[in-house]
Amino acid sequence: MVTATDAPLLSVSDLRVEFGTHDGSVQAVNGVSLTVRRGETLAIVGESGSGKTVTALSIMGLVERPGSIVGGEIVLEGTALTGLPEKAYRKLRGGDVAMIFQDPLSSLNPAFRVGDQIAEALLQHTYDKKDAARRHATHLLELVGIPQAGDRARDYPHQFSGGMRQRAMIAMAMANRPKLLIADEPTTALDVTIQAQVLEVLRAAQAETNAAMLLITHDLGIVAGIADRVVVMYAGRIVEEGTLDDIFYRSRHPYTLGLLGSLPRLDSDRRRPLTTIPGTPPSLLRLPPGCALAPRCAYVEDRCRAERPELEVADASAGHRSACFRAAELDDLRALAAANGAEGSA
Amino acid sequence: MSDRRPEFEHRVRESGTGTASPAGTSALLDAAVVTADESFDHTEFDDEGVSTAPPVGSSWRLVGRRFVRHKIAVASLIILLVVGGLAAFASVVSPYDFNPPLTSDVLDDARQPPSWEHPFGTDKLGRDQLTRVLHALQKSLLIGLGVAVVSVVIGVLIGSMAGFYGGLTDSALMRFTDLVLVVPELAVLLIVAKNPDPSFFGLFEFPPATEVPGMILILAALGWMAIARIVRGEFLSLREKEYVEAARAAGASGPRIIWRHLLPNTVGPIVVFATLEVGAAILAEATLSFLGAGIQLPEVSLGNLISDAESTVGTDLAYLIIFPGLTLFLIVLCVNFVGDGLRDALDPKATS
Repeated sequence: MVTATDAPLLSVSDLRVEFGTHDGSVQAVNGVSLTVRRGETLAIVGESGSGKTVTALSIMGLVERPGSIVGGEIVLEGTALTGLPEKAYRKLRGGDVAMIFQDPLSSLNPAFRVGDQIAEALLQHTYDKKDAARRHATHLLELVGIPQAGDRARDYPHQFSGGMRQRAMIAMAMANRPKLLIADEPTTALDVTIQAQVLEVLRAAQAETNAAMLLITHDLGIVAGIADRVVVMYAGRIVEEGTLDDIFYRSRHPYTLGLLGSLPRLDSDRRRPLTTIPGTPPSLLRLPPGCALAPRCAYVEDRCRAERPELEVADASAGHRSACFRAAELDDLRALAAANGAEGSA
Repeated sequence: MSDRRPEFEHRVRESGTGTASPAGTSALLDAAVVTADESFDHTEFDDEGVSTAPPVGSSWRLVGRRFVRHKIAVASLIILLVVGGLAAFASVVSPYDFNPPLTSDVLDDARQPPSWEHPFGTDKLGRDQLTRVLHALQKSLLIGLGVAVVSVVIGVLIGSMAGFYGGLTDSALMRFTDLVLVVPELAVLLIVAKNPDPSFFGLFEFPPATEVPGMILILAALGWMAIARIVRGEFLSLREKEYVEAARAAGASGPRIIWRHLLPNTVGPIVVFATLEVGAAILAEATLSFLGAGIQLPEVSLGNLISDAESTVGTDLAYLIIFPGLTLFLIVLCVNFVGDGLRDALDPKATS
């Protein structure tokens, strides 16, 4: 198993990111705190607009106008990244912290041979000589499972299939042996069968370098397969965090339960429509005063609309925290709802 | 959790033993020590329809193939290469001097109509007109290429900075471009070109416009705006591409992204523009020289040859103006056809 030491590699505390728009400022990330230990895989789950990607970009220092980090701290190995001068940040990017993007099709430069693109990443951090970087690039392509890597390194991205491109992206990201790898929906643009292979490559590469991984996804299947811990985000805040088992088997948040409930299951009745979470996420321009989920929540009570629940320890499991006033009652409430539902349909 | 990924662990162990490398480095970094099979077996990935066909050549070969299909452009390119080659080696190819000492032998040949000996005839002083046209063409082509190169350099520099950095940089540079665009070109060119020694109020020496370098600088100074706008437009859309973000995430600096990622993707429009600029510059030079500015006799250019023979229109000597005129027409036409061909060949939306 991967070795996870106790001192966190990355710790984000109370991160706030705003985007200025004509209608006011959008609070894309609103007080997110998380830690990632060495060798650990932390998954950030949430629907579109929940602030997953913006959190990742903040760590990379790539939040661009009109967005800006307005509060909080990001610390990597004891170095505060927030406020780091651009030149120092540039050294970090692609070096200690690397990122894989969602769409391998558009993340590779079409005018650039694949091998040269990987070599370019190497030249910026590890090598001075082009030849050595090229040779290493070919080797990296081999490592991620590109057959005839020597020849394929001279290909252009359009000559690669989707899965191969994402492998090339992984090779590029891992090139300088980053300590932290941020994968932003690395498999979303790929076929299901290819997804599994790409994840396998990702995992093997991570294992080999003992890199920590921050996996951003909305695919709970991927989370189950690869993550150690999970953070669930909603409307710019963390609503629940815990180990894989905490989240999948002992979830203490209605939103997480809703996400899990909306997954199709092999053993479910195929004639029944999939469960959905009613409504849409709130506008980040005008967040309701209480819990952001309140308008969509099945277990909502008056208190939820007035006050915002903080992230609090949810049960005996260490590190399992949930931002719900009714976290403790949820199991009973669900059992009750299930019983009523069964009665109603009978 | 360990039961969930047995093969994963297996891999870790495997690669661990495979990398007998010094501390701090292991398989991914140490290309020399580890081969692919030791770290992870790639045969299990061979499934996504990886073609066994040999990799197709570079994208430039593709462009070449598409260009060849454009028959007129190919013919134009051949004409340009042949005529350009003749012009470049005019003094070797032609048995005559374009400006011979006016001996009685030469003067005896004056006003000869076109013949095998003098295909374009001879002028009032007995000089071989074909030789003069070739020498003039040499200058015209030199000026055309020079202007294209210099204006592309200026235009790309300004356009890429404006497009990539945006904001205030963009506004400032583009307003400057607009300013230069509204300069009445011909008037300014004439004023500058007619001034034999414009030293810009003693600020710096400017090569006189009566010679090739000065001509190139003047024409380029007023010819870069279109390319600046084209490059800026391309950059505005390209800088939003994910690969630019990916390059940033890999630690690339602004200038590096411009140079390595954005410019290579803008080569198409730049090449097409540069080609068309060659034709435009040749015409502009001819116009200026015709109007008495620019290259001065006894040095020859297409413009001053035409200007010199102006009075022959309607006389038996009209061939003296027809041949330089036709040459100018043919060259500019060919350059523009080549530009058209390149535009079609470089169009990414074109099929195959």
